[in-house]
Amino acid sequence: MENRLKVLRAQRSWSQQDLGERLEVSRQSVNAIETGKYDPSLPLAFRIAELFDLPIEEIFVSPSRRSSKAI
Amino acid sequence: MARTQAWRRYNWRAIWLSLAYAVFLIGAVYGFKHELIPGALKYPVALLPALPIIGLFISMGRYLVEEQDEYVRTLMVRQTLWASGFALSAATVWGFLQNFDLLGPVDGYWIVIAWYFGLGLGGVANKLTLGDGGC
Repeated sequence: MENRLKVLRAQRSWSQQDLGERLEVSRQSVNAIETGKYDPSLPLAFRIAELFDLPIEEIFVSPSRRSSKAI
Repeated sequence: MARTQAWRRYNWRAIWLSLAYAVFLIGAVYGFKHELIPGALKYPVALLPALPIIGLFISMGRYLVEEQDEYVRTLMVRQTLWASGFALSAATVWGFLQNFDLLGPVDGYWIVIAWYFGLGLGGVANKLTLGDGGC
């Protein structure tokens, strides 16, 4: 799933390790989510949204909205 | 594979169980070879080396329950699916070849070795598809 995690992290000058520690997940998990290789569970997505103080949809791009825009 | 707390615990359990396996296996082989085991005890002594191997499967299950990092857990679940698929396929192929007298019988515990080999294949699959090799 496309997302703005890398941008949001860079704005705060956090490394993947820093973000992983804040979310209590591994650096690999952060990398997999950032690169769209892994879609986080709803609880983890909420933790990410709460950490950045943003709604989930401002961090993660809905696949259905993305495809409807493409049409 | 990230070295999470759950992974460290799994590793410790695996080390102790492997040591127990070596001790039980050497003891059972020695006992049977030198005919030290009375008839009634033969079954339990023969089964002793199987117990730590069963323990390894249980500890893998515990690891999957204890792992808090959902992505790392997903990697291991994928690996175990590869392992199970590989081991069951290998057993099926061997079974049919043996049925038609093209291969001889093998000891049942080879399925465990095939399963652990499949675990390694799963790690390679994770590396190729997700960029994370796993254990």
